[in-house]
Amino acid sequence: MATYIGRRLLQIIPVLFGVSVIVFFMVRAIPGDPAQILLGQQATPEQVERLREQLGLNEDPLTQYVIFLRDALTGDLGESIVTGRPVTVELLDRFPATLELTLAALLFAVAVGIPVGVLAAVRQYSWIDRLTSVVALTGVSMPIFWLALVLVVIFTVRLDLLPFPGRLSSGVEIVRITGMVVPDAILTGNFAGLWDGIKHLVLPAVALGTIPMAVVTRMTRSAMLEVMGEDYIRTAHAKGVTPWRVVFKHALRNAMLPVVTVIGLQFGLLMGGAVLTETIFSWDGIGQIALESIYRRDYPMIQGVVLYGASFFVMVNLVVDILYAVLDPRVRY
Amino acid sequence: MAKASGIRGLSRKEFLQLGGAGLAGAALLGVAGCGGGETIGGGQQGGGEEGVFTFGRGADSVGLDPINVTDGESLIVCRQVFDGLLDFKPETTDLVPALAAEVPEPEEGGRVYTFRLREGVKFHDGEPFNAEAVVFNFERWKNTDNQYHKGGGSQSSNFAYYSGMFGGFDDDSVIESVEAVDEYTVRFTLREVQAPFLRNIAMSPFGIASPRAIRENVEQFWKNPVGTGPFKFVSWDQGATVRLEKNPDWWGTDLPEEEGGGGPFVDRVVFRSIPDNTARVAALSGGQLSGADGLTPDDVPTIEEDPNLKVITRPPMNVGYLAMNVQKEPFNDRRVRLAVVHAINMPEIVEAFFGDTGQVASNPYPPTIPYFREETEPYEYDPERARELLREAGLGDGFEAELWYMPIPRPYMPDGKGIAQAMQRDLREVGIDVRLVTREWGTYLEETGRGAHDMCLLGWTGDNGDPDNFLNVLLSSKTATETDAQNVAYYKNPELDRILERAASTIDEDERRGLYVRAQEIVHEDAPWAPIAYAEPPLGFQNSVQGYHPSPTGGESFNSVRISG
Repeated sequence: MATYIGRRLLQIIPVLFGVSVIVFFMVRAIPGDPAQILLGQQATPEQVERLREQLGLNEDPLTQYVIFLRDALTGDLGESIVTGRPVTVELLDRFPATLELTLAALLFAVAVGIPVGVLAAVRQYSWIDRLTSVVALTGVSMPIFWLALVLVVIFTVRLDLLPFPGRLSSGVEIVRITGMVVPDAILTGNFAGLWDGIKHLVLPAVALGTIPMAVVTRMTRSAMLEVMGEDYIRTAHAKGVTPWRVVFKHALRNAMLPVVTVIGLQFGLLMGGAVLTETIFSWDGIGQIALESIYRRDYPMIQGVVLYGASFFVMVNLVVDILYAVLDPRVRY
Repeated sequence: MAKASGIRGLSRKEFLQLGGAGLAGAALLGVAGCGGGETIGGGQQGGGEEGVFTFGRGADSVGLDPINVTDGESLIVCRQVFDGLLDFKPETTDLVPALAAEVPEPEEGGRVYTFRLREGVKFHDGEPFNAEAVVFNFERWKNTDNQYHKGGGSQSSNFAYYSGMFGGFDDDSVIESVEAVDEYTVRFTLREVQAPFLRNIAMSPFGIASPRAIRENVEQFWKNPVGTGPFKFVSWDQGATVRLEKNPDWWGTDLPEEEGGGGPFVDRVVFRSIPDNTARVAALSGGQLSGADGLTPDDVPTIEEDPNLKVITRPPMNVGYLAMNVQKEPFNDRRVRLAVVHAINMPEIVEAFFGDTGQVASNPYPPTIPYFREETEPYEYDPERARELLREAGLGDGFEAELWYMPIPRPYMPDGKGIAQAMQRDLREVGIDVRLVTREWGTYLEETGRGAHDMCLLGWTGDNGDPDNFLNVLLSSKTATETDAQNVAYYKNPELDRILERAASTIDEDERRGLYVRAQEIVHEDAPWAPIAYAEPPLGFQNSVQGYHPSPTGGESFNSVRISG
């Protein structure tokens, strides 16, 4: 097992190297000069030139890449052109916000998706099953930004039930321990803050979690249907085990295997959705900074965000594979 | 995917442990990202809460050292924290005194200005404001060898506005010297007469900073601004929120509101960036914002229908235009340019895309700027005349050209694509076949700035309320450069150049009026542009917000803002 994990971790190196090459040169292929964008319409050509020099943009790209790679190997991803802070600090600062949102979205997806999927499978071809299919299909096809706005209009503007945007209301402050609002509020016993944080979390989590929820529902349903046809289920029924006990004790546990994989993959993919969700909800996470840094041609930031996203995806996949191996002993490392 | 079956390797307990370990790891990462004891604070509040004015906008500030930024979102925050020597009277571009006790009269033909300063003013850090502070700031901005001629790390604009408005640094600067005559008197000596000098001084970038704060930590000043303004800086979560609080000792409290005084009334000001336009309007409708900027004309009816909200429009200090590249055929022929301007039904376009938030443009600058030529009529919509002009130019069969439009809404151009399509339709009527082209915004500026286009849509928002800031920037030969051109029509007219140069170097009001009126006449006759509109950018507010005086410059002071019941 340890060698397996070690080998898998080593495989990450060429992946990240490849990603770094692609993002580094792609970013520089986007037209638009960071110095010009930063200085705005008022700047003179001389000022732009001086800033380019300061930012090291006048070196040839290959030299720039070698410098970047050398620094990156020591954990230094450079400094953001816009804020002047180290990219790693920016990412770590904003990571908790994204993680909290992503986990909440995933929680929503799993908490809704698995029971509904089970129900749909157990009552195959019933109206519940049909309704589930329709809802799941709608969920998968719905653009996140549109869903997000619809949710805002309904729950914030019309019903005035939930606050928006941001992570907390302005009077509310929470001592930062993990950087995630809900855990920090619990750890510091700040229950007003906890309630405020949860209310702010609901809409973005639902918006972001809808697609994974739909995917998990469909996956649970088909995995359950497959398992329910197995001999040992029939045996269990024959032995007189109560139907719901069969579903939860025998079938569900075995059906969870592919569902875990799907959940893992969705977790990795949520990064993409977070860009849109965070932008709309003014959620100061990595997704928001991703879009902003592209607008402003903040090369080091874009590189940092993409590398972060790739590492996150690879790590989640690794965890899923390990989990899979643990869940199913027949999987060989 | 492997077939699902057989779960034996993992008990529920082990499964939970795994999950717990993951969470703990993630939490540790979160801790690593920040020092202990920091707080996470929210940015918005219910619009009904008294004493907090929450302002929603499309982007966060870049920096908070006014001299070192160029973007409006940075400057509108600086505007609240810093005061300049002079200011613009609310809702206009007329000058009023701010940290200066009065607007100075030019001496020695406009080469010397003596500012008498307000006494007893203090910076937010308790430092006294005096002549030394003014000298300190100007020396920091002007002299490249000054030890404080820096700050803000790599996001710094390198004092772009100083060199932009005063002709450069060191010996290139129009300002030759700034001296403290006594504790409350400062004398500026200029190398040459600069007509817009006092208007430049009134611009937000030239807010006076606390010398002590700069001396103590010039590198961090961009995120710890200290001025004399109506609001003090509290905190800034980059990418999300800037918080300010009332400065109860503000010097302007007892001045009349028409002169820019009064207040500050609200206890706190919170700037919140909500990049998505629809989300920003939704936050305003939902009562999470007291006011919101960066609305489009399309948002106006939505807000007007809401009984709790109101729309306020800014007086125009901008112009949107269609520039024809006069260096390229067939636009080097004046008859072709006139054909284009007469072929386009501009009133219909402005009505459709600006609604009540814009007026049809006739001159290269709007009527809020001095010496506006009232007699200029917008070009008449006359397709027959356009066809005739084309025949005269030997293009009776029409021609093909590229029309570039910007990909994103701008204050002076709410829907570049829609406007371009409407123009395309009108031009096709007279036989001009236009192909529409766009690029990502940064690229768009770069490409049009080196003349890649035949025709392009662009616009300009003024900085200092002086005609020089429009005509000289947009239509003089100086700015028709090979790269980074501001004059994207590449229009070069020696007569106009001479007039603009003369007008910029005299302080004689009557002479300037005559020169600028003539300049507008020339541009109208030569038609390098089809001027489109002077936009009046709309803002949305809760009805409870009173005393917001929209400024043509886009950088109003919030000192007079009140929130009622």
